Amino acid sequence: MKDKPEARPVSLSRGRRLGAFVFLAPGLAYLVVLLLVPLALVLSYTVFQRGRFGGVIYEFTWENFERLFDSLYLRVLVDSLEMAGLATLIALLLGYPTAYLIARLPRKWKTIALVAIVLPFWTNFIIRVYAWIILLSPEGLINGWLQAFGLGPYELLYNRGAVVLGLLYSYLPLMVLPLYASIEKLDPQLREASANLGASAFTTFRKVTLPLTVPGVFTGCLFVFVPSFGNFVIPEMLGGGKSAMVGNLIRTEFLSARDWPFGSALALALIAVLLVLLVVQAWVTRRA
Amino acid sequence: MFLYAPILVLVVMSFNSGDSAYTYEGFSLEWYGELAGDERIMSGVVNTLIVATGSTVIATVLGTMLAVGLARHSRSKTLDALALMPAVLPDLVLAIGLLLFYGLIQLTLGLYSAVLAHALFSMAFVAAVVRTRLTGADTSLEEASRDLGAGPFTTFMKITLPQLAPGIVAGALLAFTLSLDEFVIAYFTIGNHEQTLPIVIYSMIRFGVTPKINALAAILLLVSFTAVIAGQRMTKIGERMPRAQD
Repeated sequence: MKDKPEARPVSLSRGRRLGAFVFLAPGLAYLVVLLLVPLALVLSYTVFQRGRFGGVIYEFTWENFERLFDSLYLRVLVDSLEMAGLATLIALLLGYPTAYLIARLPRKWKTIALVAIVLPFWTNFIIRVYAWIILLSPEGLINGWLQAFGLGPYELLYNRGAVVLGLLYSYLPLMVLPLYASIEKLDPQLREASANLGASAFTTFRKVTLPLTVPGVFTGCLFVFVPSFGNFVIPEMLGGGKSAMVGNLIRTEFLSARDWPFGSALALALIAVLLVLLVVQAWVTRRA
Repeated sequence: MFLYAPILVLVVMSFNSGDSAYTYEGFSLEWYGELAGDERIMSGVVNTLIVATGSTVIATVLGTMLAVGLARHSRSKTLDALALMPAVLPDLVLAIGLLLFYGLIQLTLGLYSAVLAHALFSMAFVAAVVRTRLTGADTSLEEASRDLGAGPFTTFMKITLPQLAPGIVAGALLAFTLSLDEFVIAYFTIGNHEQTLPIVIYSMIRFGVTPKINALAAILLLVSFTAVIAGQRMTKIGERMPRAQD
């Protein structure tokens, strides 16, 4: 307080700290209360026992984890991995050429094509899935057309194929966008150089384009796999309950069976799988 | 083709005059008329709007402040990651976490619990959108304002906020659209007495497929498309606006 030049920086930094507090505190408080506390609850409930009418009894047990390795639940976990993995693979096979073509389009058409790819993604998810019921059901349109040729009707709905198709349809845009971003970034001179050195178009693609877009491939796969793996709406609507995924189990444990501790253990298994994938993705991106 | 054919079929079928959701018999608007008379659907519309508006307001205010705080007052990578987390986590995990939390504090579920839940993930998106604008923004104006004797509050209101306005509007629009379409988190956190429109549709489908759902779907598709195109326009206008008012 004796001389001003010294007091000023102190009050400024205090002002900055106050500013930081004022701006950050409300949002962070919200995140702590409604994100971190709930996540901690999910984590801690995994080792408690279920209450008789829902709720929990706070007694320690490993039982929920043991149940995870019950062949019944393990089967569903493996099924979910398979279905989500298959949807991701097909999305990659369809998405890569699409993204490649879009990246080669003239500027004006590029924007239009990208908007066209993203637009369905902004429409209601339930409705997009519902559209497939209309197409695939026994009295549906596809069977109708097939019947005109004296074929069918086939069981197109309520099987694993329908679930994979639904996942693919819902999340394909999430594959195309990161792929497009990484293909677009490629220097066209690299391709030209490869061609000038006598490489065929296919060799150029295999040796130049593909390796350089690997991070985009992994990001795209992650974007498709994550929402597919934890999904319960698509397996329920298109799989008819016979092709259950982890999401369906979690939903049932929480909303019908009201076994919150076991539901939490299932959710933890889901998070664990996704975390492993995230680590792999981070590793691939860093190496590239 | 693959992306649009199913949607197109849905829209065509919504004008069906017959009673079946599958076979087209002739043009009619009767199913659209039926919608307006359905109390459950109408209350679903109202609930959806309440949840979307409420969560957008909370998310926009908190998300903007969070973005400013993170960009200007913090260098913590952990806090950055925390702010993005609700957008990255699977919706099902957020939904059950919130359900457990509401259960623990014995909050009766209803519209407000869904509003708080939606605000959580919307906030992450608003913060991300506003931040991209902040990182490109020029800080010299803020410094000039402080040098000329304006307090931090005045500087924020008169300089920072107007500069950020297009980003905030874009973020709010995004939050609103996300909330309108969100199903999983609403389904878990809204309780048994209220329903948002996606929940109404979901339970209608579980009881069977009707042309009425087709009509409702067609209207919602139109609303979504319009909102997205409007949002695109807004962002373009925002980009054309000068960043600093000089």
